Amino acid sequence: MMTKFKITLLTLASMAVGFILFLSADHIDAPKVTDSAQDIADYFAFQNPNNNDNLVFAATVQGLLSPGATADAAFDENTLIEFNIDNDGDNIEDLVIQAIPRDGKMIVFGPVAPSMKGTESSIMSAANRVEAEITLYGESAKTATNNGVTVFAGPRDDPFFFDLGAYSAILGGTATGFSNPGTDTFAGTNVLSVVIEVPKSQLGSATTLNTWVETKLKR
Amino acid sequence: MTFSNKFFATLTMLLLCVFAFSSCDDDEMMDSDFDFTGVYDQADQKGRPAINTVFVGESRKDEFNETTPSTMGAAFASAFESRLLALNAGYTTNALGLDATTFTSVLATDVLSVATDKPTTFFDGTNVLTGRTLADDVIDVELLLIFGGPDGSANPGLTSDNVDANDKAFSNSFPYLASPW
Repeated sequence: MMTKFKITLLTLASMAVGFILFLSADHIDAPKVTDSAQDIADYFAFQNPNNNDNLVFAATVQGLLSPGATADAAFDENTLIEFNIDNDGDNIEDLVIQAIPRDGKMIVFGPVAPSMKGTESSIMSAANRVEAEITLYGESAKTATNNGVTVFAGPRDDPFFFDLGAYSAILGGTATGFSNPGTDTFAGTNVLSVVIEVPKSQLGSATTLNTWVETKLKR
Repeated sequence: MTFSNKFFATLTMLLLCVFAFSSCDDDEMMDSDFDFTGVYDQADQKGRPAINTVFVGESRKDEFNETTPSTMGAAFASAFESRLLALNAGYTTNALGLDATTFTSVLATDVLSVATDKPTTFFDGTNVLTGRTLADDVIDVELLLIFGGPDGSANPGLTSDNVDANDKAFSNSFPYLASPW
């Protein structure tokens, strides 16, 4: 009887925690895909700090994973993670780098001119191909390289930092400014990440690229 | 009875052999590659940090995520301007010298510009939007541009969230992001 009562309490407590996490994730930016493999958490594009010849693209998905939930988080074989690169200033992708998981590997194609542009994509499976084993929670990072393109896929600490709680309180009218010190809403949480390093020479000759990441779901 | 049992056993073995052989042939001929066919439809999108979070109202967040960047400006620029003026009714210009219409028309096309000939920073006071490194305090930059006025000194309680760095150190080598908690 006592045990049953304890179990009920534990269940209620974990439900409450789940609800709070759900709410905070839901209020970020993607009501329809929240908590799914399509939910992009963040995006970065930067020059390799030790090699000016290479650019690095990094996308994170499925944010706000607790350490206990990280081992079970997985990429989805029906969800394409696509890095888009416009090198002539019209905000239409001239090149894509496509990452699609298959059988424990992240398979990356490109950079390559896509056959379909905009909201629809097909996988450019004849392009330069890198197969990186997806790093599992607790393993050291596994990477793979082909033709100068290097790939990592797997769980990482969420690199984003922001007092989202204070921002929401300001918007909600329960605070008039940020606290000092602030509280990093993303501290102690993990994400799934795909990191791809590419020689600039494979991205065209423009001095400014317009770039973005998309998740695309198989129809 | 015995005969028919034997007959079926032999038939079953024959069938198994045929299947085994044909699957061997398939492996050799097709190199057993994965299925990459089909059409994939946009479900989520991101360029600059927190743009959808800050500038898109709850009712249009999914629509924004499913829009391709080249058509975002026409569809969302006026909503972004209304949102900016709702967040900061006193907005005139910001530290980049952009008035409300110009600033929001830039933001509404959610792409991250990356320079191929300059060091990467979201905004370091001199270089503007040459990409985004892991350590860039992008939220403070955006708050400063939204709330800080022409010289960054307006609304001091709203121009920094006072979280200046990640909770784990980044690596200087690939894959750069810190190992998980």
